[in-house]
Amino acid sequence: MCRRLGVEPVVSDDPEVVKHAAKLILPGVGAFDSAMRYLNRTGLKESLDHQFLNGTPILAICVGMQLLLERSEEGQLPGLGWIPGEVRHLRSGRDPELRVPHMGWSPIVVSASAPLFETMDVDARYYFVHSYAAVPEKDRHVVATADYGGQPFVAAVAQGNVVGVQFHPEKSHRHGKALIGRFVEDV
Amino acid sequence: MAAEPRVIPTLLLQDGQFVKTRAFEDPIYVGDPINILSIFNDFEVDEIVILDIRAARARVPAPLEDLRRYAEECFIPLAYGGGLTSVEQLRQLFDTGYEKAVLNSALADAPEFVEAAATTFGSQSVVASIDVVASSVGEEQVVVHGGADVVGQSPVEWARRAVDLGVGEILLTSVNREGTGQGYDLDLVSKVRSVVNIPVIAHGGAGSREDLAQPVLLSGASAVAAGRLFVFQGPDRGVLVNYLSRNQIKRLFSNSSSGT
Repeated sequence: MCRRLGVEPVVSDDPEVVKHAAKLILPGVGAFDSAMRYLNRTGLKESLDHQFLNGTPILAICVGMQLLLERSEEGQLPGLGWIPGEVRHLRSGRDPELRVPHMGWSPIVVSASAPLFETMDVDARYYFVHSYAAVPEKDRHVVATADYGGQPFVAAVAQGNVVGVQFHPEKSHRHGKALIGRFVEDV
Repeated sequence: MAAEPRVIPTLLLQDGQFVKTRAFEDPIYVGDPINILSIFNDFEVDEIVILDIRAARARVPAPLEDLRRYAEECFIPLAYGGGLTSVEQLRQLFDTGYEKAVLNSALADAPEFVEAAATTFGSQSVVASIDVVASSVGEEQVVVHGGADVVGQSPVEWARRAVDLGVGEILLTSVNREGTGQGYDLDLVSKVRSVVNIPVIAHGGAGSREDLAQPVLLSGASAVAAGRLFVFQGPDRGVLVNYLSRNQIKRLFSNSSSGT
């Protein structure tokens, strides 16, 4: 994806490389604990914390976004905790009949100003595949919401230099490509 | 403003080429994967499922390098199934640009692997593929190993078992109808759907675009998958890769008043 946008990404699990990157994409496929365990074990957590405090633009995707919170119902380990709040199961405190995981395409409602979403197409839709969703403590960390089964959930969060998206921009056709393009170019 | 149900082309891989079968037999050459995938990518399809039919029998997945080249063509969600037997293979698959692993024979051969896959990568990454064959006396049987072996449980029992193992979705295939265009087996979809609380994808039998709406509107499926419909045109099975426009999909699923 990045390559198609004219940028050569470096895929790395080297803490030194991550510590000095100009921009970071924190992807995520997997369960919360196995992702955190990996970041802890490889020393990537320190590098990420360093970059967060440094103001480096970071785009966190899917489970990567959930790691930004303090904890998750999916696991025991603490998250990165850059955004106060937690990650809850989509069924928690809501419709117990809801079919989970949520898989599919949804439009999003942008609720706060965020450069990444400013030039979004009106017909933009994004691909979601998740069982859990972020529940930040403070509304100001929520930048976009989406709907599943008639109930809203948090689709994007932001805190300073960090933006997290629950959906998969790299799998969301031209809409996702445009979002990654804006991250790569502007932010 | 719920999203529309997903409409998913399923592509059958055999020795590095896409083919189309009837009841997973008699493969007809459809085209080069890169070419076909790039067309589907331009159509902005909801999702693609690639199943390697030979790999399922040989119990060895398609070459990773091939899978990587396919993924590079697509900015769309991708699932792959066929011959996956280890967590490490799944890790490589996901690193290569796939969102989901489709497991079928593993449900019978290695339930502990299915469980480990769901725990390691999350339920949303693991799809249980359930192939159902109607026997000569009309009894529904679940088959594995590319149809070579029958498991002694009903589709409903097998679906429950898949959920217990932690899978996040069920790709439910009526093998008898696969490639026939006779329409989906709606009873089968209703039965399985009613015992699980994860999404069910109906597969096997779509012969027209109207057929696509039925499993969703009448049987509660979360998504529909089809092969023949999206790669062939007409009864002669001439190759024509096609897909619906967003408006067509919207209309399809809002048309009927006989909803669930």
